[in-house]
Amino acid sequence: MHDTIRPDQSASRPEYVRETVDDSGFGVVQKPLTPWEQIYNQAWLRKIAILIVIAVLWESYASCMNAVKFAGDWKIPVALANSLPDAVYWPAAASVALVNWVFWFVEVAISTPRMVYNGWATVRAGACEENPLLVPKFTVSMVALWEALWTGDLLSKVVNSVRLLLQGYATGLFLATILTTLAILTTIGNDFLETLTAMFNPLPAIALLPLALIWFGLGDKSITFVLVHSVLWAVALNTHSGFKSVSNTMRMVGRNYGLTGIRYVAQILIPAAFPSILTGLKIGWAFAWRTLIAAELVFGAQSGKGGLGWFIYEAKNQLEIPTVFAGLVSVIMIGLLVENLIFRKLEAATVRKWGMQN
Amino acid sequence: MNVAVKTAAPLLEVNGVTLQYKTKQHLVTATYRVSFDVLSSDRFVLLGPSGCGKSTLLKAVGGYMAPTEGTIKLKGREIVKPGPDRCMVFQEFDQLLPWKTVKKNVTFALEASGKLKGKAAEEKALQYIEKVNLTKFSDSYPHTLSGGMKQRVALARAMAMEPDILLMDEPFAALDALTRRKMQEELLQLWADIKFTVLFVTHSIPEAVLIGNRILLLSPHPGQVKAEMNSDGSDPIDPSTGQKLSDRIHDMLFADRIEEVQPHA
Repeated sequence: MHDTIRPDQSASRPEYVRETVDDSGFGVVQKPLTPWEQIYNQAWLRKIAILIVIAVLWESYASCMNAVKFAGDWKIPVALANSLPDAVYWPAAASVALVNWVFWFVEVAISTPRMVYNGWATVRAGACEENPLLVPKFTVSMVALWEALWTGDLLSKVVNSVRLLLQGYATGLFLATILTTLAILTTIGNDFLETLTAMFNPLPAIALLPLALIWFGLGDKSITFVLVHSVLWAVALNTHSGFKSVSNTMRMVGRNYGLTGIRYVAQILIPAAFPSILTGLKIGWAFAWRTLIAAELVFGAQSGKGGLGWFIYEAKNQLEIPTVFAGLVSVIMIGLLVENLIFRKLEAATVRKWGMQN
Repeated sequence: MNVAVKTAAPLLEVNGVTLQYKTKQHLVTATYRVSFDVLSSDRFVLLGPSGCGKSTLLKAVGGYMAPTEGTIKLKGREIVKPGPDRCMVFQEFDQLLPWKTVKKNVTFALEASGKLKGKAAEEKALQYIEKVNLTKFSDSYPHTLSGGMKQRVALARAMAMEPDILLMDEPFAALDALTRRKMQEELLQLWADIKFTVLFVTHSIPEAVLIGNRILLLSPHPGQVKAEMNSDGSDPIDPSTGQKLSDRIHDMLFADRIEEVQPHA
């Protein structure tokens, strides 16, 4: 039977057995990457390069704003649409918008070479105009940032903001820990958390600000309240779903060695769900940071203190636009710093090291 | 009829155990009135096709589910919940805690159960890590290990607890054939060294014959005891039937299917 499947080939293909060389016989062959490749492999260097390009674009646009004139003014008269009766107004308005949108693209495409030519002509003629009230130059904004940092009160404003943020963040985390622990240990706690997160997660924290003002008055308490709201649900939701996705095997291992209650949560569930928890922490942080700045823009000057949001608002009131940009840049910088230093490091020391995330 | 042979009280007594669990739609009976005794230093194998409730049975011995009928007793005491006197080794690789190194995974078990603390736990852990030949990897994280190494860590962790009985749920099923072969030999060597008691679940007849000194055959849907046989690992030919042990088991487990096939032969 075997002969029909595997005809005898020993004549044409003899068998052989070989001795393999042991690995001391050949060294591992490797050669270092070129310096350029090594530099290019550094993600932070690539990102810095992108930042530099953005800064250059900003600087050039701000120093010659009139050189960049967007085409695309061609529009079906809005008045025509406005004069239509109510019944056909909305469909008509929608189609007008659609048609205008298409025309805008066509016109931009056609007129781009002309735009570039005109812009270049403006620069050549030395007819550049700036408008520091709309877009101050990058360098001017950086000088404003420098001055605000060392001679102004930006630093103390940042400290105020961060202090408030940490207060709210810590309180939010504490409450989230209690809620999710209850949720994982009891069924009713689980239902409670699921209902609450379903209700409050879609509610923007800033929408609670008017209520917070009535309950807690102007000041830190109100801001902390909305911060807690913005952190709590995001963290609780992620932590809870992380807990629920811990594998059954791992749960059984924990119980096998006698872990129950809080010890079980702390030694099995929290580390096993750490990738989700970390995501929750990051989202919570981002929500809290935005909420804080927004809340400070609405109010936030309490006995002359105030934070970054207030700093931006004040600068705008005094038409110090470079300072407004300086404030915005510091908001971005702090966000980047926390993301890249704290969370990135935390990730490297935990989930990446443990092979739970690549 | 067994009474005459019995010299020592059995370590584990499973008596008329019916196990049922609920899915979303059904109440499923996994095993029906299963009884068996495991003696000290037994390598007791639960063998049966998929769906015969052998893993469920092991979970019940582990204390993860309560029988609807019958009793399970370890050293005369009824099993009501999971505990460190019965250590599980699972098939899944994620039984190792990925956030702990090999050594920490073993000391974790010793410390969490309150068996040993600090230095003593570490010494015990290293002793058993050496037994499974992973001393070089004691500071590695599980994700850097191969499948076979992970199972060896799990085994070391369970053995370091020095439990009354080891419960192994198809521990080598997820490994490749060569590694499985090697792990089976290593398990037998460890047994020769320590003489632990193990309750071993498998659906592989050769594995059962090789590993077990006593094999319990379960029929499928729901699991009922079909036979209990002795094995010395050599797969001997039974003088009365002239069949190999593995063939006898095979015939018993696949009796229905063989009858179907025979007319064609």
